[in-house]
Amino acid sequence: MSVPTRRRRFAAIALASVALLATATACGDDSSDSGSSDGPVTLVVDVFGDQGFGYDELYRQYEADHPNVKIQERGKGLGLGDYNTRLTQQITAGSGAGDIVALEEGTIVQFYAQADKFVNLADHGANDLKGNFLPWKWEQGTTPDGKVLGLGTDVGSMALCYRSDLFSAAGLPSDREQVGALWPTWDQFIATGRKFAAADRKHKFVDSATNFYNVVLMQTAGAGTGYTYYDKSNKLVIGENPDVKASYDLTTTMIAAGLSNNLQSFSNEWNAGFKNGTFATIACPAWMTGVIKGQAGDAAAGKWDIAKAPGNGGNWGGSFLAVPKSSKHAKEAAELAKFLTSSKGQIEAFKKLGNLPSSPQALADPAVVDATNDYFSKAPIGKIFGAGASELKPVYLGPKNNAVRTAVENSLRAVEQGKSAEEQWQAALKNGAAAGK
Amino acid sequence: MSLDLHAAAPPDPGPSRAARPTHRRTASLTRLDLTYSPYLYVLPFFVILVVFSAYPIAYTVWIALTDRSPLNPTISFVGLDNFVELITDDPQFWNAVVNTFGMFLLSTVPQLLLALVLANALNRKLRAQTFFRMAIAMPVITSTAVVALIFSMIYAKDFGLVNWLLDSVGLGPIDWRANRYASWFAISTMVDWRWVGYNALIYLAAMQSINKDLYEAASLDGASRRRQFWSITIPQLRPTIIFTLIISTIGGLQLFTEPLLFTSGSGGLSGGSEGQFQTITMYLLDVMNQRFRWGYAGAVALVLFLLIALMSTVNYLLARRISSDT
Repeated sequence: MSVPTRRRRFAAIALASVALLATATACGDDSSDSGSSDGPVTLVVDVFGDQGFGYDELYRQYEADHPNVKIQERGKGLGLGDYNTRLTQQITAGSGAGDIVALEEGTIVQFYAQADKFVNLADHGANDLKGNFLPWKWEQGTTPDGKVLGLGTDVGSMALCYRSDLFSAAGLPSDREQVGALWPTWDQFIATGRKFAAADRKHKFVDSATNFYNVVLMQTAGAGTGYTYYDKSNKLVIGENPDVKASYDLTTTMIAAGLSNNLQSFSNEWNAGFKNGTFATIACPAWMTGVIKGQAGDAAAGKWDIAKAPGNGGNWGGSFLAVPKSSKHAKEAAELAKFLTSSKGQIEAFKKLGNLPSSPQALADPAVVDATNDYFSKAPIGKIFGAGASELKPVYLGPKNNAVRTAVENSLRAVEQGKSAEEQWQAALKNGAAAGK
Repeated sequence: MSLDLHAAAPPDPGPSRAARPTHRRTASLTRLDLTYSPYLYVLPFFVILVVFSAYPIAYTVWIALTDRSPLNPTISFVGLDNFVELITDDPQFWNAVVNTFGMFLLSTVPQLLLALVLANALNRKLRAQTFFRMAIAMPVITSTAVVALIFSMIYAKDFGLVNWLLDSVGLGPIDWRANRYASWFAISTMVDWRWVGYNALIYLAAMQSINKDLYEAASLDGASRRRQFWSITIPQLRPTIIFTLIISTIGGLQLFTEPLLFTSGSGGLSGGSEGQFQTITMYLLDVMNQRFRWGYAGAVALVLFLLIALMSTVNYLLARRISSDT
């Protein structure tokens, strides 16, 4: 072989590797969907949370009914914070997001500002489905100028989960009706906690100040102003809204009574708290039942029960499904989103994970109304959670709700660590304002 | 940028080539090959450099001058507003700076001193020399995330090893995440556990290249071991010490994984309930991903860059004095 030929071959290899590199760096858009809409279509569904959304069975059904559609789910096990960070970047970049993405109640407002990056589901006949959703849920999924951004999946509703074995050991009633009767108000809940603490020094009454606070705030705001840190014109009103201060004060009273286990919510210590059974109650939106079952495990089966929450109902959490404009199969994705959020789909997810439906039809369905949860001592979860859901008023959450909420939660954690409640309220105002800037 | 390749160009083939036309194509290809393929060979590096370094840096500078946010429908140019706000009106940023420098000092000083002592010990004739030399480098190959997880269990408030020990010797348990200095200490031990061995290994390699005659001459003159260490080893290690100082400065000022994973659950980027151990990089991500102020985050990134450059220079100047003292 002559020298020039060998050199040429080297040159060819170098050229090829450069070309390869160029393609590797050029293709930022790596979404897995390929092929025209006539051929087989792969729809990617992005969800979040340790338990996901409980859609596996529904995917199988849908694929069976639509032979040209394949469904791929991503995100199970991913926390909401990480999920939302990634989603925000993908939506802003206009690539990389799934064909269907889940938006959480606390973050959907943030995406109102980017509504032009999402398919208006009204263009795919979503307006005909308005009656399938609780009115306030529908309203949350719709932007102020009337675009249908997301279709509701579940609502949080509200109850209180408690350890019946610890309650009876502390000389308190353990029957869920009687337990619910112990605390018509949050003040009476704290009074019950004091009794519990006097009888049982080994366990704490409440898991963490922040879970308690979030539930109280959503309930107080639902009954009061109808918003939390932002008013409906997106002005930061953390210092002016009496509901925020009232909820903060109630929580610091609870901490001062020594009732909190001081566990940072969703942390390893918090998870260990479920396993080791270190606390007796936890504020319980419907989705929390899945968390408790997952964390406390089989060993605690039958020890947990569910009672009515103090106060008058309320909601914390719940999600929506939306279709980003970056999807190459918007039509098919919209159809799948409609299927997953149909009353049938919601009932299926409820059976799987206990996520409470946002559809009045599903809420009235015997499969939900008569549902009991074996893990929670056969508690009638359909009745307990369903009772308040239909009468709720929506609570408006502003665009940087989660960032401001984190600032207030940090202050509450500092109070748990022994700092002054008043000083920390000032810190919450200051840090909340910085976070909402 | 241009390369002078004339020297490498082939000599003129002369008239014999012209007489044989079949070879002319080969000849011109060869010339093309020699002129351009070197550029081709170095191209991948520059493509990667542009894509992953130059472009992001230029973009960061640009974005820092705007109010870019996914929540804003339009991007507007705001000049130096982000920098002015950051420097004059952002206590959280300065809190993060203090934390970062505090943890940097608390971890780097003992880390490098300990590494020097260890390297000096390993430089002597020891039994199972290779075993010890490998053993000190082991922590480097563990994943930071795993180290942080294990240490956060060791420093756990309720069931942690350290608190159990403190409790058993009669000192009360410490809430490692609530107290600012306690959290700095805990995080510094994580960093040091991981990096002492790495630095020791670098020092050791440098020590072995020091001429043995120097030590021999010194001991003939009656210099003690300690005197030899300070008067021969340390000055000879000067370039290595500068290297480790700069690397540690960059790493220390970008401290992220350890403090982030020191807590788990919601609000991890806050670095404690009052930002007790929030570092600059954590604050950067907090601003970017929680508050969605991408332009402002760009400004934070650039100021961090300047701080690192400044600190590296200071360290370099300090380390240069090592030789002038002797």
